[in-house]
Amino acid sequence: MAEKKISLEQVRHVARLARLEMSADDEARLQADMSSILAYVEKLNELDTTDVPPTAQVGEAGTPIRDDAVTNHPAPEEMLANAPARQGGFFKVPRIIE
Amino acid sequence: MAIGLEKYEAVIGLEVHAQLLTRSKLFCGCSTAFGAPPNGNVCPVCMGMPGVLPVLNRQAVELAVRAGIAAHSEIAPHSIFDRKSYFYPDLPKGYQISQYETPVCKGGYVELPAKDGEEPKRIRLVRIHLEEDAGKNIHEADGSLVDFNRSGVPLVEIVSEPDIRSADEAGAYLRALHAILRYADISDARMEEGSMRCDVNVSVRPRGTEKLGVKSEIKNLNSFRFVEKAIEFEVSRQIEILEAGGKIAQETHLWDPVREETRPMRSKEFAHDYRYFPEPDLPPLRIPPDLVEAVKSTMPEMPAERRARYVRDYTLSPYEADVLVAEREVADYFEAALPGLKNRKAAANWVMTEVLRAIRESAKPLAEAAPKPAETGSLLRMVEAQKISLNAAKTAFAAMCKSGKGAEATVAELGLAQVSDEAAIAEVCDKVIAAHPKELAEYRGGRDKLFGFFVGQAMKAMGGKANPKVINELLKKKLAG
Repeated sequence: MAEKKISLEQVRHVARLARLEMSADDEARLQADMSSILAYVEKLNELDTTDVPPTAQVGEAGTPIRDDAVTNHPAPEEMLANAPARQGGFFKVPRIIE
Repeated sequence: MAIGLEKYEAVIGLEVHAQLLTRSKLFCGCSTAFGAPPNGNVCPVCMGMPGVLPVLNRQAVELAVRAGIAAHSEIAPHSIFDRKSYFYPDLPKGYQISQYETPVCKGGYVELPAKDGEEPKRIRLVRIHLEEDAGKNIHEADGSLVDFNRSGVPLVEIVSEPDIRSADEAGAYLRALHAILRYADISDARMEEGSMRCDVNVSVRPRGTEKLGVKSEIKNLNSFRFVEKAIEFEVSRQIEILEAGGKIAQETHLWDPVREETRPMRSKEFAHDYRYFPEPDLPPLRIPPDLVEAVKSTMPEMPAERRARYVRDYTLSPYEADVLVAEREVADYFEAALPGLKNRKAAANWVMTEVLRAIRESAKPLAEAAPKPAETGSLLRMVEAQKISLNAAKTAFAAMCKSGKGAEATVAELGLAQVSDEAAIAEVCDKVIAAHPKELAEYRGGRDKLFGFFVGQAMKAMGGKANPKVINELLKKKLAG
């Protein structure tokens, strides 16, 4: 494959942001994968889109919208059912520093 | 003025979050009510469970549009939501639904009250956008506790341009914004309860230069006073560093209200790489022009317009107008007391002193602390008609605040009606003169100052209820002999 579009540094940066711990093998494999994905998507750059407005979304009718009404009924026990740890009605997580 | 301010200029921008006055959350039907038990107002959507989809709250959109109209912003007919990704235990999805490149409102400004004799200054806005709030963490020794009741609560973030030049100006801007949000029923904007929050960006630069210095961000500010103090501290800190030849680090500081200083956050969590991208779960938000027009037609008179009207029509000073206008209820009260009164300035003074004192001393909201405005108006009309003295009116007002009774009834009950009956006053004046032959002789011998003594004696004899104007006139004649 041609030159890598993604550097190892970038792979590590994205992994850090996603809180993923990776071995050197993983890093190399992902660098290759991510580079080839980018190369594939780059195909789109062959099109001239000068006069095409950016499209982030389809659904041109606009987002569905609801009236401002309280329709949910509290079920804290259900919501806490899968919590790895809890204290009273709270979820409990490792201590956050600031 | 802090040391160094003759040489350096502060450049300040504020990011204000205000909770919108909705019953339900931004993307789900959970209640926004304050005070529910922990995790009592949560559902799979605001807990970020897999497979759920957000559905936008109409009222939140309309309130954001109101904010934009109130701040003279341009309302975007088409805007999109974005995901702001970061990990923190209070953010269950791992991203916050916010807006980035296409906010609901672009530009605009907030007008600060004019200082006496100056033009009002405008602080320009970059944007106002819609976003959801995160949950709340409580830190304990052996772990942190998370409550998601606030998760998904609708907010607007109001971002100013770095147009603010001092701590005082930042305070004035916040107060002006607070008044706007409350006037237009957008938010109850209570800083101490967290329904209005403020982050501050501060940098300094040598006066006369344009290039912006490196800024620091201050968080954890929950009162107007803390915002002002934190800015003062941070500006001095930065100037000291620059004067010592150092460099400002771009970092986030927390305000410590106990030690009254800012300190850098220890965690390096915020590398500010939020990887914004368009929220795939929400199609674009369309705001048709007729919605904007409909919202416009329901806007009340805003604080800046009201201030200008008071100065123009009631000849109040900018300062007086500003005090009255700061809280909408107070300004409404003032206007409701006005009918039938000639002296608006006196009414303004009355509201600024007596009514505001009643609120302060009782620590109750205006409606409970003071009589109905019509009753205050009726009391002030009695003063204008010289039926009661100003002092008697103060006594009556204090009683009315406690009893809730009307003005006429209170004045009658306390016997405060002023005596203007000339015959009765003349009789008392004659008695006072007759009882003080020595003073009379001295007065007639040229000691003009004794006039006040006679007025005082006559007033005392009448239990303070005599019309002072009538006493003055009668005594002048009688003492002259």
